[in-house]
Amino acid sequence: MSEIAFLLNGTPVRVTCEAPTRTLLDWLRETRGLSGTKEGCNEGDCGACTVMVTDRSGAKALNACILFLPQLHGKAIRTIEGIAGPDGTLHPVQQAMIDHHGSQCGFCTPGFVVSMAVGHLQGRRDHDDVLAGNLCRCTGYAPIVKAAQAAQTAPVPNWMQTDRAFFSAQVPSGGAPQDGGADSPPSAFRPETADELARWFAANPAATLIAGATDVGLWVTKEFRDLGPVAFLGGIADLQQITRQGDTFRVGAGVTITDLLEAMRGVHPDFAELLRRYSSVQVRNAATIGGNIANGSPIGDAPPALIAMGARLHLRHGDVRREMALEDFFLDYRRQDRNPGELVEAVTLPALAPALRCYKLSKRFDQDISAVCGCFNVTLEQGIVTAARIAFGGMAGIPKRAAAVEAGLLGKPLTVDAAMALRPAFAQDFTPLSDMRASAGYRLETAANMLVRYAHDLAGVPVSVLEVRP
Amino acid sequence: MSAGLALPHDAAPLHVTGAARYIDDLPVPAGTLHLAFGLSTVAHGAITAMDLGAVRAAPGVVAVLSADDLPDMPDCSPSAHDEPLLATGTVHYVGQQVFLVIATAHLAARHAARLGRISYAEHPALLTVDDALTAGSRFEAGPVVWAKGDAAAAIAAAAHRVEGRMEVGGQEHFYLEGQVALALPQEGGDMVVHSSTQHPTEVQHKVAHALHLPMAAVRVEVRRMGGGFGGKESQGNALAIACAVAARLTGRPCKMRYDRDDDMVITGKRHDLRIVYRAGFDGGGRLAGVEFTHLMRCGWSQDLSLPVADRAMLHADNTYFLPAIRIESHRLKTNTQSGTAFRGFGGPQGMVGIERVMDHVAHALGREPLDVRRVNFYRAMAERPGVSPPSLATGEAFFAENPPLEDFQTLITRQGILAEKKPAAKVLTANAVDLTSRGASDLAVGGIVPAVPAGVQTTPYHMPVEDFIGHELVAALEVSSDYHARRAAIAVWNVGSPVLKRGLALTPVKFGISFTLTWLNQAGALVHVYQDGSIHLNHGGTEMGQGLFQKVAQVAAGVFGVDAGVVKITATDTGKVPNTSATAASSGSDLNGMAAQAACETIRGRMAEHLAALHQAPVADIVFGGGRVRVAGADYAFAEVAALAYQARVSLSSTGFYRTPKIVWDRVRGTGRPFFYFAYGAAVTEVVIDTLTGENRILRTDILHDTGSSLNPALDIGQIEGAYVQGAGWLTTEELVWDDKGRLKTHAPSTYKIPACSDRPPVFNVALWGGENPEETVGKSKAVGEPPFMLGISVLMALSDAVAACGDGSVYPALDAPATAERVLFAVKRQRHV
Repeated sequence: MSEIAFLLNGTPVRVTCEAPTRTLLDWLRETRGLSGTKEGCNEGDCGACTVMVTDRSGAKALNACILFLPQLHGKAIRTIEGIAGPDGTLHPVQQAMIDHHGSQCGFCTPGFVVSMAVGHLQGRRDHDDVLAGNLCRCTGYAPIVKAAQAAQTAPVPNWMQTDRAFFSAQVPSGGAPQDGGADSPPSAFRPETADELARWFAANPAATLIAGATDVGLWVTKEFRDLGPVAFLGGIADLQQITRQGDTFRVGAGVTITDLLEAMRGVHPDFAELLRRYSSVQVRNAATIGGNIANGSPIGDAPPALIAMGARLHLRHGDVRREMALEDFFLDYRRQDRNPGELVEAVTLPALAPALRCYKLSKRFDQDISAVCGCFNVTLEQGIVTAARIAFGGMAGIPKRAAAVEAGLLGKPLTVDAAMALRPAFAQDFTPLSDMRASAGYRLETAANMLVRYAHDLAGVPVSVLEVRP
Repeated sequence: MSAGLALPHDAAPLHVTGAARYIDDLPVPAGTLHLAFGLSTVAHGAITAMDLGAVRAAPGVVAVLSADDLPDMPDCSPSAHDEPLLATGTVHYVGQQVFLVIATAHLAARHAARLGRISYAEHPALLTVDDALTAGSRFEAGPVVWAKGDAAAAIAAAAHRVEGRMEVGGQEHFYLEGQVALALPQEGGDMVVHSSTQHPTEVQHKVAHALHLPMAAVRVEVRRMGGGFGGKESQGNALAIACAVAARLTGRPCKMRYDRDDDMVITGKRHDLRIVYRAGFDGGGRLAGVEFTHLMRCGWSQDLSLPVADRAMLHADNTYFLPAIRIESHRLKTNTQSGTAFRGFGGPQGMVGIERVMDHVAHALGREPLDVRRVNFYRAMAERPGVSPPSLATGEAFFAENPPLEDFQTLITRQGILAEKKPAAKVLTANAVDLTSRGASDLAVGGIVPAVPAGVQTTPYHMPVEDFIGHELVAALEVSSDYHARRAAIAVWNVGSPVLKRGLALTPVKFGISFTLTWLNQAGALVHVYQDGSIHLNHGGTEMGQGLFQKVAQVAAGVFGVDAGVVKITATDTGKVPNTSATAASSGSDLNGMAAQAACETIRGRMAEHLAALHQAPVADIVFGGGRVRVAGADYAFAEVAALAYQARVSLSSTGFYRTPKIVWDRVRGTGRPFFYFAYGAAVTEVVIDTLTGENRILRTDILHDTGSSLNPALDIGQIEGAYVQGAGWLTTEELVWDDKGRLKTHAPSTYKIPACSDRPPVFNVALWGGENPEETVGKSKAVGEPPFMLGISVLMALSDAVAACGDGSVYPALDAPATAERVLFAVKRQRHV
C-alpha cells in the first residue's frame, strides 16, 4: 500500500492505492464519483476516457482507462469536470462544440472536449491528429473539427493555466514524488534513476516494468493478469533524454513516442510520419520507445524503421551493459535476446538517412496497427545501390530484415523494373501469416510492391494517397 | 415558430461538460450488485460438465446462476423465443451466455466470469452461408420469393446481360456506450429498470415475462443512450432481464454493463449476405429484368432477421423502375452472433445489390454510370398528369422509352416449400408474444394491393411511387458537385498518374418510411402544462443522440407559441406512455412528433376555449406566439394563461396519439403499401486508390438529401453527415473476421476499425433538398435517421470506378464489401490480368 498525491481539477488529493493497478478511470468514476469521464473500450482505443495530465514537461492528453494511479504521482489531472471554469464559464472548445453541433449521443464528447482543450492549450491546428485517438460513431467528425477550428483563435482561459503554474510554484523540482521509491513497498516501486531501477530489476527479475502502460494496461483491464511486483518508470528522468552524440542520436528507453516524434520531425521526416501514425496522441503521450522495443511485437511500429536505419540497442543488467544491432534483439515470436532482470536502456540511431522511407499499411490510416510496415534505406552511388537495409514488420514473427531482397539490390540501379524483378526474393525472405488484419497473400504482395513504391518514391512520382488533394 | 430552427441538441451543454448522465453514471443505492456473464467458448456443442467452483469462490462473488438454477428459463428473444437467458444444455455460438455471476463490484464479476470450467461435446458448427445452405439450416421453412413480371423471360429476351455475385460484410454497431441496465427492486415485487434501450416497452415486456409479473408492475426508464444505431433495439434485453432476475433473487439493486470486448462478442450485428444477381438490359442500359438472390447470414437466433431480410427485398429496387424482377431471400441460421437491427434494417443490403447491378451494366456497356442510373429512375412526380412538384427544380424528360404500364395483376410466386410452412413450433400465449416487437411479424394479417393512380409506376411489391423526386434532386446535385467537369478532369489525371488512380460515383437513395409491421406505426405522448406556464413533455421515443427530443420539443413549443427552452424534456418512461414502438425505422419524430403535437393541441384548445369564453371572442381569434397569447385586444404571457386556466379548473394535461395513415402490407405475398412515403437523397463521392497497396481515401463528398420541410436543419445535417460516414465505414474499413472455429477475431476497436477523424471527407458539402413532404407528416418533414446511411454506397462505387481506371474495360471490378485495401488491391490485379 502506498500513498500518492496529485492535483485533481485544481484541488490537491492524496490517495492510498490498495492495488498498484487501480486505473484512474475506475477511481474517478467509482471512488470519486466523477462520472463525466467515460469508459468506451477500456483499452485505450476510443478516447472516451481522455483526461488532461500536466507535469513538468507540460500538459498532455492521456487515456484514463489504461493509466494506473501510481503513474499520476506528483502530477496535475484535469477531467471533463474541470474544463469549464470554476464559475461554470464554458471553455471555448465547449461553447464551439455546442454552436457547431459537435455532440449527438454525447458519450464520446467529454473525451473529445478534453483532447480539444489540450490541443487548444498547445495552440495546435492539426485537428485530425489531435483527435485521431477519439472515436465518434454519430457525427462523422465534420462538426467536431469545425468546432475545433472555431475555437482555435480564442485565448486560453486562465483556469487552464493553473496546472502548469502549480508545477513552477508548488513543486519546483518538477513534481518529484514526495514519498519516493525507498518508502514504497516492492509491489509498486517508483525509482527515480536508471541506476535504482537496474539494481532493483536485477534483484526482482520476475517484476513487470511499467512505463506508459499502453500495453500492460490491457494485461490488467482485459486479461486480468497478475503482474507480480511492478515498477513504475515514469519518474526516471535520466531514461527520458534524447542526446546527439556525433553522428548518432541516443534515445533513452523512457522517451515517449511523442517526444521522439518531435525530435525526428526535422531529422528523419519519414520516420516522424510513421510515428505520427503510431496509435494516437493519447497513446504516444504515454508509450515509450523502450516499451515499444522490449514488448517484442512482430509488427513493432518503430523497430522496422529503426532496423532500416541501423539502430543499436543498449541493454543493462545491474551495472553490466551490452549493446547489439536492434535486429539481433528479436529472436523469435515474442522472444528477445534479453536476460531476466535485464532492461532496455537506450537505442541509438544515425542522424543521417536521407533515403529512408517508411510505409505503413493498415486497414485504417490513423490509430491502427500495421498489417505490413516496410522501411527502406539504401545508399546510392551514381545511381547504383551500394548498401541496403530493408526491414519489415508484420511479415514474420519478429520485425525482420529482407536479406535476399537487400542482396538482390546491391550493384543495381533502383528502378521500378529492378524492383519488379526482385519480387521472388520476398518469398525467400518471408512467409507471413493470415490474420484479421490481412491475408498472407496480401502481405507478400504488398511487401514486394512497397519496393516498387520506393523506386517510384525516390524518382519523385507521387505514391501516397494521403498527399492527394481534392 | 420553433419548428424548423437549427437549435443545438437539447443536451449539448450537458454533453460538453460531462454532466449528461448515462445509466452507468446514475448514483446507485448502497448494496448494489454487479453482474457479468460467463460465455461459451465453442460455436456449437452440448454442455457436458460445468465446474463453477472457482467462480463462486472468487472475491466479491455473491451468487452464480446457470441453467440448473433457473428451471423456468427467461427468454430474451424479441421474436421466436429462441434466446434463453443462459444456455440450456446446448450452446449455439462463441459468446453465448452460459452462466451469470452476481458480485459486489463490476470488476469482481468480470474477473470471476473467466474462472468457469465448462466441458462441451462439440457439434459441427455452421459458420458460413455455404455451410448453412448445405445443411438446410434456415429460419422459416424455405426462401421467401417475391416476383413481379417474368424476370427470367425478360432477361432472356434482352439485348445484353450481366450476372455476378457480391459478398457484403456485416457491421458492428460500436455505439460508444456499451450495453447497460440497472434494476431496482420495488415494494410488492415490482421492478424499475433503467435500460440503455431503443425499445423500453420491449424491455418491460421481457422483464415482466421473466418475473411472471403483469407489465403494469414493471416500469422501464431511459433518459438517453450513448448511441444505438439499432444495436439497442433487442440486444439490451439480456442485461435487463439478468438484472431483474438477480434483483428479484437477492432483493438488491443489480447493474450490468458489458465490457467492450464482451459486447462485441455477445451482441448481434448487421447481417452480412451474399447477393447473386442477373440482369437483362438494352443498349441504353435500361433494365428489362433483374433477379436477385439474397443469402442472409442471420446467426444463431431469429431475433429481427425476418423483417430485416424483408426490408432488404423491399429496397432491391432503390430508385429504379424494374419492369420484371424476382427476389429470392434465404434467411440462414448459423452458429455465429445473431444478425440484428442496424441503421437501415436490411435496406442497405438490398440497395447495394441494385447499385452494383447499375455499376456492372454501365461497365458492360461502357456508358457513364450516372446515365444508366437515370434512365432507370422511377417516373418523376413532376411528370404525372395533374400533379405539380413541390420542389424548385424541374424534372427532366427521360420517359419516352418507358414500357407501357402494367396492369399490376402480375404473378405472385412463392416457392412450393413455403406453401407448406408450418406455424411456429411453440404455441405462443398472448402473454408471451411481444406485440410491440418487429419480430412479431408472423402475426401480421394480410393486406391488399393498393390502387394505382394513372401514370404512376410501382415498386416490385406493387406500391405506387407517387413522390419520386430523384430526377430533380440528382440534376441539382450534378450541378452543385460539378460532376461532369470533375469526371473529365479525373480521366485526365489518371492518365498521368501511374500509381494512384481516382474514381468518382453518384448514387441515389430512395428509402421507405414506416415500420413494415403496420401496427407498430403508432405513438403516444403525455404533456403537462403547469400553473407557472412551464411545459413537461413526454413521449414514447427514445433519445440516442439523433436529437429526437429536441425536435419533438420544437414541435410542442410551436403549438404553444413558446421557445423550445420552455419545454422540459423528460426521460422515456413506460409508466407515462405505454405500448411504445421501438425508436427505430427512422420513425421517431414522425410518430412521436405527431403524438406530442396532438397532446399539445388538446391542451392549447382547452386554454383557448377558456380565454374565448372569458373575452367573449371566437376561439379562432386566439393567437399563441412569441411566448404570448393574444385575444380581443388583450395580451397575456403564456404563464398567465396557464394560471388562469388552472384557476378555472381546466385540465392542463393531455395524452396525444398518432397512427400513420394509408399503410397496408402483406408480407407473405409481398404486396401492399408498406411505406407512408419515401425519403430521397444522392451523394457524389470522389476517391483515390493506391494501385500498389489498395490503400484508398475519400477526397470529396457532395450530398443533397431530402428531409422534407426540416424540423431542425442542424440536427438533420448532423444525421446525414454521420450516417454517410458510418455507411462509408461499413463498405470500406469495417471488417468483421471470424476464425474457422467461429470465434470473432475483431472484438475491440484495436482490430475493428470504424472511421476515425481523418477518414471523413476533407471536402464535405451537405445540403438539404428542402421541399415539403407531400404527405401529411409533422411539419411536412421527412424521417432522416436511416436513409442517408445508404449514401455511403457512393464510396464503394467510386472505388469501383477507380479500380476500373486501371484496366482496359474488359473486366468488371466486382468489388466485394467491405472494400478494404486488400480487396481493392486484388481487384486492381484482376484489371491488370496478373
